[in-house]
Amino acid sequence: MKDLSLHILDIAQNSISAGASLIEITIEENPVKDLYTLVIKDDGKGMDKETIMKVADPFYTTRNTRKVGLGIPLLKLNAERTGGTFSIESRVGKGTSLSATFIRSHIDRLPEGDLPGTIVMLATSNPTLQFIYNHSTPNGNYTFNSREIQEVLGEIPINDLSVYPFLKEMIVSNLSDIKV
Amino acid sequence: MATIKSLDDLRKIKSDVQAKMTLRERSNHPDQVVQIRVAMATCGIASGAKIVMDYLMTELDKRNIAAIVSQTGCMGYCYAEPTIEVTIPGKDPLVFGYVDTKKADQIIEKYIKNGELVEGIIPVNYESIDEK
Repeated sequence: MKDLSLHILDIAQNSISAGASLIEITIEENPVKDLYTLVIKDDGKGMDKETIMKVADPFYTTRNTRKVGLGIPLLKLNAERTGGTFSIESRVGKGTSLSATFIRSHIDRLPEGDLPGTIVMLATSNPTLQFIYNHSTPNGNYTFNSREIQEVLGEIPINDLSVYPFLKEMIVSNLSDIKV
Repeated sequence: MATIKSLDDLRKIKSDVQAKMTLRERSNHPDQVVQIRVAMATCGIASGAKIVMDYLMTELDKRNIAAIVSQTGCMGYCYAEPTIEVTIPGKDPLVFGYVDTKKADQIIEKYIKNGELVEGIIPVNYESIDEK
């Protein structure tokens, strides 16, 4: 994947396939500790211990259309390439939490990519699910909660195409305030 | 227009959005608007499906076409990613492969607006994913 936002999109799809109703995407930038941490947590059906051990294997997949599942292995590779870490925790019936930590200053750390677009795309294409995106840096903290947005929009459905550019703009302007 | 930052700012543009909605005379029934599903599994995302989806969402809105764009998982056409499934009300779904923004533009202008078939259709005895 060329950038982090694509990994987020990819992992969130896993959560959606797992039947999640709430997906939390949290990014924490810590220049002091030189860390960039991404956590994606869902309340989907979860995985048992055996499966957790298999997910980082590129030849393990839940799909029956092909024999390769690269999403998680690629993210793990990208995190570890920077000297970072990767972990997954999951409980059957409760949900899954995936955490990827990158060494912030490492030259191989993927660019963020289009985070606003990705978050809004996820929220608007899955209007029945709730997405909470939280981004924190030493300069502050921003939270995007799709439920709140839906409340503000009222009778305008969140998946109405005219809403899309406004929501993107909202995230972009809030992120520019806290970016390091 | 001032930048939208807070939820209050969002509230303020509601009336603009609502005006646009009535302009399109959009019905709230999914089967009366064009439905597009973009395959968004790892293969799709890695090949640029996100860019295509962003393009579709932005352009359909700009060209005032009533549509619902959503994501699906792998449709099985990994060799032809990015792929999108387009369902025009009353017609069978069609899957297009090798979609980039240029192809997406063609699909909007030729297929969605005029019903003209565009190159790159993946021919199958096709059933929509829901029926599989």
